[in-house]
Amino acid sequence: MAVPILKQSHYLIATIQAALTDADLVELRDALVARVGKFRSRGVIVDVTALDVLDSFASRTLRDIACMIRLRGAETVIVGIQPEVAFTMVQMGITLEDVPTVLDLEEGLAHLERKSRH
Amino acid sequence: MKTDSSKSNLPDKSHATIELLRELVAHLRQHRTELREEWARRITEAKLLTAMSKDEIFAEATSVYDNYVEALETGTFEALQAYARNLSERIIPRGVQTDEVVGIVLLLRDVLARSLFAKYQTDFNLLNRILDAYEPAANRIANTVAVGFVQERERIIRQQQEAIRELSTPVLPVRERLLILPIIGVIDPQRARQLTEQLLRGIRANRARVVVIDITGVAAIDSHVANHLVQTVEASRLLGATVIVTGLSPEIAQTLVNIGVDLGKMNTVGDLQGGIEEAERLLGYKVAPIQDSAHQVVVAS
Amino acid sequence: MSKIKVEACVSVASDTDIVNARRQGRALADHIGFSSSEATLIATAISELARNIVHYARDGEILVGMVNGDSCPGISITARDSGPGIPELKRVMLEGFSTSGGMGLGLPGVRRIMDEFNIESQVGKGTTVTAIKWKR
Repeated sequence: MAVPILKQSHYLIATIQAALTDADLVELRDALVARVGKFRSRGVIVDVTALDVLDSFASRTLRDIACMIRLRGAETVIVGIQPEVAFTMVQMGITLEDVPTVLDLEEGLAHLERKSRH
Repeated sequence: MKTDSSKSNLPDKSHATIELLRELVAHLRQHRTELREEWARRITEAKLLTAMSKDEIFAEATSVYDNYVEALETGTFEALQAYARNLSERIIPRGVQTDEVVGIVLLLRDVLARSLFAKYQTDFNLLNRILDAYEPAANRIANTVAVGFVQERERIIRQQQEAIRELSTPVLPVRERLLILPIIGVIDPQRARQLTEQLLRGIRANRARVVVIDITGVAAIDSHVANHLVQTVEASRLLGATVIVTGLSPEIAQTLVNIGVDLGKMNTVGDLQGGIEEAERLLGYKVAPIQDSAHQVVVAS
Repeated sequence: MSKIKVEACVSVASDTDIVNARRQGRALADHIGFSSSEATLIATAISELARNIVHYARDGEILVGMVNGDSCPGISITARDSGPGIPELKRVMLEGFSTSGGMGLGLPGVRRIMDEFNIESQVGKGTTVTAIKWKR
């Protein structure tokens, strides 16, 4: 597994460490969707700080993760998109609508806390 | 711009021409004092270089004159080019215009030509040959000086544009996690891109959650820039920051609607004050007066 | 178009090659002196083009090179394959159109983030995409 998934209380945290292949991304998606049920997690954080490219495939996979996790009854938040990457994404026309995105891990945890309080 | 200044001996420059130029240079050296004075007088008369004093004009006129004669003598223009650039560097900040520089060089050409007329008017044939030798060199000199001036001016303008661009895009942290980006002036595509990059970096560096972009100082935007604004809002959201746009003029509001920009993604508030209030609300601040004082403070809710 | 000086040629047949191709592209972009934002745009464009090769043609190659424009240098990306070609080129270049279930942003996205974009495709023979970004 290219991306380690940590379980921290009610949340799963997947921290991407280096550039991922498409297969790695799909594997991450499947693992998160499986484990969110297994651990009865309320939320998932995907940390993409280390990614220097988020192309259409990676973006679509992140969006798929968020949709599938929602169908499994939990929330997803993407954290750590780099400024250059965000700039490229919007110019490509990728906006990740409907997927919550926040600055970093700390903000991600705060976001999930707020969500689960409601 | 390249001038083949090092090898400027004209290919058709015959031995006779060189002879004539030598005679001409000797004449200009001999009458240096009065010709220089005549030139300075005509500069003042023509109301050129008005930003400079009489003494300054005379001092510069002397240098230009000597460089001019030297260029005629040697047929190389490097020294003159360097001098023209140096002169431009000194006089541009004082507001000297291109037409003035071209004007004074043409005046010098005229003063010298008249003096040649006066000297050789008795020998029409010789006069013709002298002028044939003089004119091309004189034109070349005028060209060198004018081009040098314009190039120097362009360099300064580029430098200033760079500086203005840097200065005119401040990303200001006003409260914890709140940034303000006041945009003033004309936004071209290049500046728009720069603004976005600076803002996104600012969001990350300041861990901003809300950004207020105030465009009160922007008179008009085109569809390209409008779309860029929408992209900036989207990119900021990807970094986790909400953008509030304030100060849209009636003209800009009309433009945005006419070109069909997707306003659903834009959070707009009338003016900067309202924008900051909205930002504080989003961040969970509320502003309340202290009981026994008229001052206002910000209290985290 | 000005002459392209090819600096790297990456054969692309699997998704690890996609990662490799964009890494090489970013290295060249840095070398030419592009800003980090622009280098990210270039790496992303390479990623899209390389993925198209893997998905539709199985294998092909990505060439990245330097190119000299009228007033500035640039980076050029060429993606070529001998795959099935694109029968509906016009539709493929429309936003939102995808034959592999993607977001359909690949090629139109690349065209938008690069300064110059050219695509030639012959059904049964293959596809060549050339894109250039100028360093302003």
